[in-house]
Amino acid sequence: MPGGDGRKFGTEALRYAVLAVFVVLLAFPFYWMVVATFKQNIDLYNVENNPFIFNLPPTLDHLRLLFNETRYVRWLGNTALVGVLVVFITLVFSLPAAYALARLTGPWGQRIGIAIFLTYLIPPTLLFIPLSRIVAGLGLQDTIWSLVLVYPSFTIPFSVWLLMGFFKSIPKELEDAAMVDGLTRFGAFFRLVVPISISGILTVVIFTFTLVTQEFVYALTFISPESQQMVGVGIPIFLVRGDVYFWGSLMAACLMTSLPIALLYNLFLDRFIAGFTVGAIK
Amino acid sequence: MAVDDRKVGVFMFLPAVAYIALLIGVPLILAVLYAFSDARIGTVGFHFVGLENFRSILQSPSFRAALRNSVVFTVSAQIIVIVASSILSIALEAPFPGRWFVRFLILLPWVAPISLGAIGWKWILDSIYSVITWVLVWAHVFKPYGAPMWLGEPTLAMASVVLVHSWRLIPFSTVIMLAGRTSIPKEIPEAAAIDGAGFWRTEFLINIPMMMPIISVAVLFGTIFTFTDMTVVYILTAGGPYDSTQVVPSLAFATGIQGSDLAAGAAISLFLVPVLVLIAYFMLRAAHRAEVA
Repeated sequence: MPGGDGRKFGTEALRYAVLAVFVVLLAFPFYWMVVATFKQNIDLYNVENNPFIFNLPPTLDHLRLLFNETRYVRWLGNTALVGVLVVFITLVFSLPAAYALARLTGPWGQRIGIAIFLTYLIPPTLLFIPLSRIVAGLGLQDTIWSLVLVYPSFTIPFSVWLLMGFFKSIPKELEDAAMVDGLTRFGAFFRLVVPISISGILTVVIFTFTLVTQEFVYALTFISPESQQMVGVGIPIFLVRGDVYFWGSLMAACLMTSLPIALLYNLFLDRFIAGFTVGAIK
Repeated sequence: MAVDDRKVGVFMFLPAVAYIALLIGVPLILAVLYAFSDARIGTVGFHFVGLENFRSILQSPSFRAALRNSVVFTVSAQIIVIVASSILSIALEAPFPGRWFVRFLILLPWVAPISLGAIGWKWILDSIYSVITWVLVWAHVFKPYGAPMWLGEPTLAMASVVLVHSWRLIPFSTVIMLAGRTSIPKEIPEAAAIDGAGFWRTEFLINIPMMMPIISVAVLFGTIFTFTDMTVVYILTAGGPYDSTQVVPSLAFATGIQGSDLAAGAAISLFLVPVLVLIAYFMLRAAHRAEVA
């Protein structure tokens, strides 16, 4: 049927057109960061020039400025350190909790699990005012340790929820057999359950780390000195000097920070989303 | 043995519960207490002042503007996000060459840190060097230097904030919708096609009704993420011009942290609670339904 084929071709063409429009709208800011990163200032700040092309040869000046004359590298280091410590704390607290809730406490396990997950929904913008006082009271203000303390409060709930799903998919008989062979409950958990849940644990590691790099409100509230900043606050707040924006370096920093985080997150996104949709999909 | 097991279980999940109680439960209670006190940065002790903070913020024009803006911000962003992600998830469902790369590009706004994405938009919407302005001048819509400042006029600033936040949420919602679409048993739309139902009828009479639970998940999370967000507003406009883009969370920050008035800031942020409670209720209902099913 030629008519049918024509219609099918039309639908396919429409589909690619829709995809093209969305790709352009959603990815454009990142493309625009690439352009600004390599443009010379006299090209960047000239409204007569066509902004889409390089009217003058590309330059590495913005990258040089970023690495040599700003605290960007320091912020990367702070973020990596906080990320690693928060991942560690999150695993220590959420692995046993998720296992216990998935296995040991009967019908209440699921309910407590849901209650813990719901605390993930309590936003930083509701808690930052009292937490700023708690942090100050503990003497952690203006240091990254305030974030190391507070970030697990939102990474633990989500991690417990994700890990519960993983542990439930492991057959109970496996541990029962191991315990008959003389392992304790703890032994069975560490030697048997943890090793076969590596992919679930890896998911939690990636998510905790990306959530740390994406957080903005707490870092903005607790920390004022430039040298103690995380990338997510340092770049948008401290690369602005007075009223002067160094757009080239600013965009370079945004781009170089965003892309690795985005790549990592992207690999595990489906599992993360599955955490939100448990119950709505059978 | 079973009793021992239960003890071990409690011992295993108690530390996590304690961490959450100390760093979410305690601050939550403190937020309520502060709202009834006159706490400021630097003061110590607790001094009860009753409803004084609520009385003064309810009379403040900034707060009323923020409440109104929060509703506009949340509702319009949700509508844009749901419509856009429904269309995008249909287009993205079937495999095609290079799909993973297209998916990666589409997901960028969600997976990259939002404060950095927002700075990217701030450059795109710059008052002088905006690429949008350049294109519109080039297309003769505006005379050179005659274009409006996107973040400098109340209506345009609000539209910018809504669109940038929608930009951020569309990928999140799209992935949820895609998961929903793939969970529909293939036989049902196929049977409908055999019975002569076209694309639109299949979408509106079969796929969308079957996806209602998953669409509601996207809306519930989207509402929370939007209503409680201050990052986009803080970076793009800091609430301006003249409070025209101020939302409840950004006003709480401006009052409580930047203005050192912890009590008033806490009272403002408590206005987020009714919406959170409502959403939690709907989520629990959905979870309960799933448990029964």
